[in-house]
Amino acid sequence: MSSGIRRLYGITALFDNPEKLLNAARAVVKEGYKDYDSYSPYPIHGLDAAMKLKRSYIGVVTLVAGLTGATLLVIFAWWTNSVDYPLVIGGKPLFAWPSYVPLTFEMTVLFGAVSTVTALLAVWLGLPRNSHPLHETEFMKKVADDGFGIAIESKDKKFDEKQTKEFLENLGAEKVELVYYEARELTLGETVLDPKFITAIVVVALLSSAATYLGLNQMLLIRPWSSLNVQAKVLPETKSAFYPDGFAMRPPVKGTVARGQMPYRYANDLAGAEKYMQNPLLPTKHVMEVGKRDFNTYCSPCHGYFADADSRLQGQFPVPPSLHIDSLVTAPDGLYYEVITNGYQGVMPSYARQIPRDERWAIIWYIRALQQAQNPGEVAEAK
Amino acid sequence: MSEGSYGEVIDYTKAPPLLEGNPTLSKIDESIAAPMEKFPSKKYFMALSVTLTMLLIGAVALGYTLYYGIGMWGNNIPVGWAFDITNFVFWIGIGHAGTLISAVLFLFRQRWRTAIARFAEAMTIFAVMCAGLFPLIHLGRPWYAAFVFPIPTQHGVWINWNSPLIWDVFAVSTYFTVSLMFWYIGLIPDLATMRDRTTNWFKKKVYSILSMGWRFSNRHWQQYEKVYVILAGLATPLVLSVHSIVSFDFAVSILPGWHTTIFPPYFVAGAIFSGFGMVMTGLIIVRKVFNLEYIITTDHLEKMAKVTLLVSMMVAYAYLMEPFIAWYSGDPVDWYLVLMRATGHYAVGFWIMVTCNVFIPQLFWFKKIRRNVAVLFVISLLINVGMWLERYIIIVTSLYRDFLPSSWHIYVPTIYDFGVLIGSFGLFFTLVLLFARSLPVISMSEVKGVAESAHPTHIGVEHE
Repeated sequence: MSSGIRRLYGITALFDNPEKLLNAARAVVKEGYKDYDSYSPYPIHGLDAAMKLKRSYIGVVTLVAGLTGATLLVIFAWWTNSVDYPLVIGGKPLFAWPSYVPLTFEMTVLFGAVSTVTALLAVWLGLPRNSHPLHETEFMKKVADDGFGIAIESKDKKFDEKQTKEFLENLGAEKVELVYYEARELTLGETVLDPKFITAIVVVALLSSAATYLGLNQMLLIRPWSSLNVQAKVLPETKSAFYPDGFAMRPPVKGTVARGQMPYRYANDLAGAEKYMQNPLLPTKHVMEVGKRDFNTYCSPCHGYFADADSRLQGQFPVPPSLHIDSLVTAPDGLYYEVITNGYQGVMPSYARQIPRDERWAIIWYIRALQQAQNPGEVAEAK
Repeated sequence: MSEGSYGEVIDYTKAPPLLEGNPTLSKIDESIAAPMEKFPSKKYFMALSVTLTMLLIGAVALGYTLYYGIGMWGNNIPVGWAFDITNFVFWIGIGHAGTLISAVLFLFRQRWRTAIARFAEAMTIFAVMCAGLFPLIHLGRPWYAAFVFPIPTQHGVWINWNSPLIWDVFAVSTYFTVSLMFWYIGLIPDLATMRDRTTNWFKKKVYSILSMGWRFSNRHWQQYEKVYVILAGLATPLVLSVHSIVSFDFAVSILPGWHTTIFPPYFVAGAIFSGFGMVMTGLIIVRKVFNLEYIITTDHLEKMAKVTLLVSMMVAYAYLMEPFIAWYSGDPVDWYLVLMRATGHYAVGFWIMVTCNVFIPQLFWFKKIRRNVAVLFVISLLINVGMWLERYIIIVTSLYRDFLPSSWHIYVPTIYDFGVLIGSFGLFFTLVLLFARSLPVISMSEVKGVAESAHPTHIGVEHE
């Protein structure tokens, strides 16, 4: 430890009651000392005035931070709810400011309190600091308990070892002592590049990444956390001891049709479809709109927006025939339905999975409308 | 009349001393630090074994709950918010007395608060910790709690800023943070005193780190006191806002019995009431176990009893106003609910609640009872029971009889419900006991500041 030279920090004086401290503080100010401080186990009424301390402006931090917190909350709530992902809740407007009032208040308090405390400790008081020369002195121990003291630092312009000591003794101090410190206490021996420090950082990094990996990638996959993956239910294509045939999946009950599973009798039977299928919908405005939407989504990339084979795929896919040629204009609805449902000669794929049954018929109405628009009169004749 | 027939003449212009027996400053330090410096007594370990057993019961109940899901509880539809939200509101309420005592009484310059503030603040922190546990486990899958924070996720949706449940999250976490800082700032000078008192090298290290190298400098005290006032000023409206926001969880819904505008002040009054009850329970134990009767005097307890009486009557006002508004509104569902509370399945709980919260505190009108520590202790326990039942009655009765008779369902708690409740008490009191052993339960610097002759008399000195 004795690496450095001992230097004088200052002179400390202890008094046995607060009144003496108050008078001493006044005398020290009168004498013209600047680098001094009073020490007491609790704040003493009137000492700030005796030391002629300026009033504290730390409240400005609270004000600025509090207003910042309030502003940030309102901006953040507005941006998330109205801009980034607009969400209408309970029929309220996107920017429902009355709802933000409670949180604006909370954020004012949170930002204000956290900033004030941080500013107090780190900026105003310069803490944490456990290396001050006064630490571990008898003076500090007494002051922490029931002593009242003054310390005049050696860096003060008026400081003179002998004179200052005499001055403090004359003020009625019980005990006057010189406090020394080692130069090492000013320049901290530890640096950021200390191998111990780096090792500690690396170990902490490894441990926390291992813990994160185990927690998120291993622990969450075992019971009970895996309860979303492992549920008491049967999955498709699995066994079940419950049914005599051992299958978990059940065939439909005889003579019934599941919802949305209407059997299609003319699969790959173009002739049958042409002969027996009829469009079950009426060409209402809604049907036309659905047909247009689906046609533009699914059909138009190859067939073009007007069904005139104006492919947008630029030859990357076979260009289909125009739907305005005579044979197609006069073809029955069943042909269109069968082609949409099961595809055509390996060139056009099946759209049965993408387009529900009724929407296919709506598309056919829309195709008819397009044909009529291109060839007025002819569709009506064919019908 | 002869002299002396007036009996003892009391000087009412002078407040009684805040500390009994005019102790010296180092005597104060010594007795506050004693629980930390001596090896604890047998009583302490007995108390700790009881609280740890309760904690263990809670851990087992919680383990079952987490493993098998919250189906282990009695919750059902429509009573989906039974024990856990009751416990949440109960513990948050307990937590309100601490900040109230330390911040509000500080702003009102009630210097008697010095003896009880630290303990009340610590209770606040522990109570909020217990409270935070319940919404978390009520999720069933606690790791989904992350969704209540405004974090960017892959699905792109942000939190709903219009929801009282989100306000709750922000209010409770702000309250916890601010209370913790308030508590810690108050602890720093005492930790420095402990640092300079202790001889054990390990304790010295810990106290040095925690006290951050505080030096009792007056230039520091000046800033410190200013910040303390600012924090008290921030914490005071915060206390009122937090329980108001908790009450919004109920008041913003449309259930009969919940949808009332009286809820925010009613909840705040209830919170202060239950908090004072719990602080009284804790203080009476602590002053007895650690021989601090001359710092936490009977005068302190009497003052707390007076506040409790006042708040009890505020709660009583709310109890009267609820049925009145239900009747006056002419809403048959609201009125039916009032009848169900008083005469239905949970009527016993309701009447115990009214007795404990309204009738029994009326005993505090008598000075003899206010100054009888044993009676105070019993009454404070009864207040805790009453206030827990209040939240239970509010939550369960409103849910089990709502607008739609087809959804009516009775609620019966299971042993796992009780297990988790017992566990939260175990957690709370374990933390209180550990706190009493490791940190000063009473603020040394503040108590020294209210000792006789602690401050200059200013006689013969011009006052600036």
